[in-house]
Amino acid sequence: MGTGTGGDDSLYPIAVLIDELRNEDVQLRLNSIKKLSTIALALGVERTRTELLPFLTDTIYDEDEVLLALAEQLGSFTVLVGGPEFVHCLLPPLESLATVEETVVRDKAVESLRKISQEHSPVDLEVHFVPLVKRLASGDWFTSRTSACGLFGVCYPRVSSTVKAEIRQHFRTLCSDDTPMVRRAASSKLGEFAKVLELDYVKSDIIPLFTALASDEQDSVRLLAVEAGVSIAALLPQEDLEDLVMPTLRQAAEDKSWRVRYMVADKFSELQKAVGPEITKNDLVPAFQNLLKDCEAEVRTAAANKVKGEVLPEDSRETIIMTHILPCVKELVSDTNQHVKSALASVIMGLSTILGKDNTVEHLLPLFLVQLKDEYPEVRLNIISNLDCVNEVIGIRQLSQSLLPAIVELAEDAKWRVRLAIIEYMPLLAGQLGVEFFDEKLNSLCMAWLIDHVYAIREAATCNLMKLVEKFGAEWAQNTIVPKVLGMANDSNYLHRMTTLFCINALSEVCGQEITTKHMLPVVLKMSTDQVANVRFNVARCLQKIGPVLDSSALQAEVKPVLEKLATDQDMDVKYFALEAISGMYLFNLPTYIFSETFSFSSILFFFFSFSLSP
Amino acid sequence: MSSRALPPNAAPALEMSAISASEKVDGFTRKSVRKAQRQRGCQGSSQFAASSSRPAAPEISALPQLKDASSTEQHELFMQKLQQCCVMFDFYDTVTDLKSKETKRATLSELVDYVSTNRGVLVEPVYPEITTMVSTNIFRTLPPSENPDFDPEEDEPTLEASWPHMQLVYEFFLRFLENPDFQPSTAKRYIDQKFVLQLLELFDTEDPREREFIKTVLHRIYGKFLGLRAFVRKQINNIFLRYIYETEHFNGVAELLEILGSIINGFALPLKAEHKQFLMKILIPMHTAKGLALFHAQLAYCVVQFIEKDPTLTEVVVRGLLKFWPKTCSQKEVMFLGEIEEILDVIEPTQFKKIQEPLFKQISKCVSSPHFQVAERALYYWNNEYILSLIEENNAKILPIMFGNLYRISKEHWNPTIVALVYNVLKTLMEMNSKLFDELTASYKCDRQREKKKEQEREELWRKLDELRLQETSAIQNNRHEIQFTYSNNNNNNNNLHDKDENPAAAITDRIESNTWAK
Repeated sequence: MGTGTGGDDSLYPIAVLIDELRNEDVQLRLNSIKKLSTIALALGVERTRTELLPFLTDTIYDEDEVLLALAEQLGSFTVLVGGPEFVHCLLPPLESLATVEETVVRDKAVESLRKISQEHSPVDLEVHFVPLVKRLASGDWFTSRTSACGLFGVCYPRVSSTVKAEIRQHFRTLCSDDTPMVRRAASSKLGEFAKVLELDYVKSDIIPLFTALASDEQDSVRLLAVEAGVSIAALLPQEDLEDLVMPTLRQAAEDKSWRVRYMVADKFSELQKAVGPEITKNDLVPAFQNLLKDCEAEVRTAAANKVKGEVLPEDSRETIIMTHILPCVKELVSDTNQHVKSALASVIMGLSTILGKDNTVEHLLPLFLVQLKDEYPEVRLNIISNLDCVNEVIGIRQLSQSLLPAIVELAEDAKWRVRLAIIEYMPLLAGQLGVEFFDEKLNSLCMAWLIDHVYAIREAATCNLMKLVEKFGAEWAQNTIVPKVLGMANDSNYLHRMTTLFCINALSEVCGQEITTKHMLPVVLKMSTDQVANVRFNVARCLQKIGPVLDSSALQAEVKPVLEKLATDQDMDVKYFALEAISGMYLFNLPTYIFSETFSFSSILFFFFSFSLSP
Repeated sequence: MSSRALPPNAAPALEMSAISASEKVDGFTRKSVRKAQRQRGCQGSSQFAASSSRPAAPEISALPQLKDASSTEQHELFMQKLQQCCVMFDFYDTVTDLKSKETKRATLSELVDYVSTNRGVLVEPVYPEITTMVSTNIFRTLPPSENPDFDPEEDEPTLEASWPHMQLVYEFFLRFLENPDFQPSTAKRYIDQKFVLQLLELFDTEDPREREFIKTVLHRIYGKFLGLRAFVRKQINNIFLRYIYETEHFNGVAELLEILGSIINGFALPLKAEHKQFLMKILIPMHTAKGLALFHAQLAYCVVQFIEKDPTLTEVVVRGLLKFWPKTCSQKEVMFLGEIEEILDVIEPTQFKKIQEPLFKQISKCVSSPHFQVAERALYYWNNEYILSLIEENNAKILPIMFGNLYRISKEHWNPTIVALVYNVLKTLMEMNSKLFDELTASYKCDRQREKKKEQEREELWRKLDELRLQETSAIQNNRHEIQFTYSNNNNNNNNLHDKDENPAAAITDRIESNTWAK
């Protein structure tokens, strides 16, 4: 190992470690940089400061991948350089990293800088950290200036008022930077920066910046200002909002770029919260109506998600929704764009709790019915998944006639993800529609899923049965589903036979000892002679699973012989799982089996571990 | 299993005969199927999007023909027609305004004729009218893509619905710019930075026909308006930077690069710092983009142009490309190899010497790539006469770099074509310098063993470093004593500080250790 000698106590001169950090192979460099803390530990705090960090600062020309790892590591390096007292040693390499081209690296460097800024004492902050921020803020290339945008907020609260003034000045400059990249960065940090400023400066400094960024020539800058507007509005007293923020926000809601309007729609709830009920009622509701009628589907989708208007004032919420929002909602139900409809479907049911029974029946129910017949499965699914809201208000019976065809169609959809989604709502539906309706209309669907082509569906169907039994009880299970499940044990397709086992796994506990012992166990035991090994080892797993539900006499008399037989099966996996079951149930005296000649290596390993783990 | 137990199976199976079993299983419909489903969705326009809030377009009626008007009336009529063409129509709505739409189309096409065939029509008052008309018709916020994961290589682009009008507007604007009477000094008041900025944003349109027009328009503007050149270049830089580092989405990259190709061609020597910065900070990083395949030809052309202009840039360019060499994407690797060959075609022998080592280390890796297209592309270098002469000239350096991998894959590569090509390359190399070749063959085994040993040493080092982490604090302290002692010549000046920081170090390792165990 290079120059290092001395047997076990080998020494690690920095040269060797640096060799590793310089290796030609990127992967090896990356590995070493990821273990930078180990290297630092080997060197000790002082040599980390005097040798390792200067090396790292000087050699920052590398693959972005390596730089990213470095930027991340340095964020938690404080202890390795000797604690907060020396944390400023980390600034030079991070400063260089904050200027590289690759956004991911730069962001990580900024993140680490933000982290270690908290570890600086107020004095160090002014002596070391703030100068760095200023250098970045006045860098030549846009990268350093964008990085600077994210650092003002973390140092501002802890510095003297002169320095504060300088920081504000630098931020102002960046907000009117020549490059859109920098203005975007400034725009996205405007809200954060406003939060740490004194209120007077928010009004005198931030508001003009906000107004300017919100009318930038680039829509990518304007849309980021919307978010800042939400934060700023939350900071200002109510009486200032109308003058200082609202004109800009109103303008954003009618921006010529759909991206900006989308942002307004997307942040609408936050916006309502920030400006309070009065402005919401007078100002935002009309703007919202326009967003719901926007010419771009993207904007309508974002707006449709917010139709519930959670933040509307309690007393007028119902009226506002009835008179202003509902007419737009009615149009959206037959929108040309599927995403708009599906967004609406996911929230429209929630309106019923706000509007009450009569309005729901009169106005919303027809809309639900239209959406239940929509051509896109996602729309139908979203309606069905929120049935509980309606159930509370008007009961589900009103819908059941239209519900059924919708459910059946989704249950047989060509896309298995759609089928999966509807299965997940079955227990909910069953609970709300009642056992009679279920037996009559839905039971057959649930059984059909058990023999679906896709495993994920069969698995979900199994789980679904368990939840249904939890709802309807063991007796119902015995009469309706257990016979069908057990019948599949004779199917010619081994996948279906295995499904029987999986169902038993899921159902034994909820069905209880009697059903399990009397009805299920005989079927399982019989399947132990199946010709397909997968079925046999699943028998072993199944027996282990249902073991706790059975009584000990059944275990000894019926399960034990079968497992013993499976333990001598010619298939390795069957043997493995049989032995696992035996040991898992503490049925037998284990050591006699360990040395039997048919034992596979994996089983021995398994035993080894089960012994060493059991107390 | 009785059929009674699972009755629903039979019935739905009949109903769903249209859905094939495989489709039911994978759930992912093929692209072709999805495409067929949205055959109608390939027309879009933000400008004319159906919106009930939009006032209906006023009806426009045909004015008399320009050619029938007397020369005194012509100017007035021309202005009127320009204003008439500012009326916008909704092309989503295929039923209304049919007559007005046709009138506007006819008027536009008459205007195209008028400016291209007549002299003396471009008097000063028409400049603002023309700019307004063009701006109104073409400047708009582009609509969101109909297909969020639009793949320009696979999918049909969304076409601009209002193209019947828009095409004529672009054509008219081009004829205007190309008219011999066109006065840039007059026009620059209207075709200003703001105008150009909006024009550049349009390059993002999905409609390739529109991008083609904008490209020509921008090229003309760049040629005629000297005062806008620096601004245009800067804004293109911004678009590219946004593309590389922020959105990775911009439809017009190839077209912009095409314009830049001819701009670079015209750069004066010596190159300004601004231009070199553009090469290194934008063109080279652009190679990392996901959509490289869409504009690689244009990009490589720009890069080669730079090298031809100023050969001293060769080294930084090649090192830049090596830095961004694709790690996992073989298609991109093939493109990189193509670009390197283009560079090698024009490289000066002195420049070649500067980059041969890192470059051939990379080529040696490519040659042994398990992806046969990559290996094949790299091996094709040996069919290039000029490259071959460069290799021959520097064989003492290149042969040792290439030998190991070539020798190995000549025995190991799965693809017979590659093995055959490698044999040829080895043969060529042997003919170049048979003595060195024999030496390398002889030492091949030793070298491999040495590499293996080095590998083991590295593992050993890291193993020990990791152990160090887990050792007792006191043991670590002892180690540090020895480090300090043995290598004190590296850092004499640190010795006196040593005792002071011993305890903090112990505390640190303590903490780290407890962290490790806590996990």
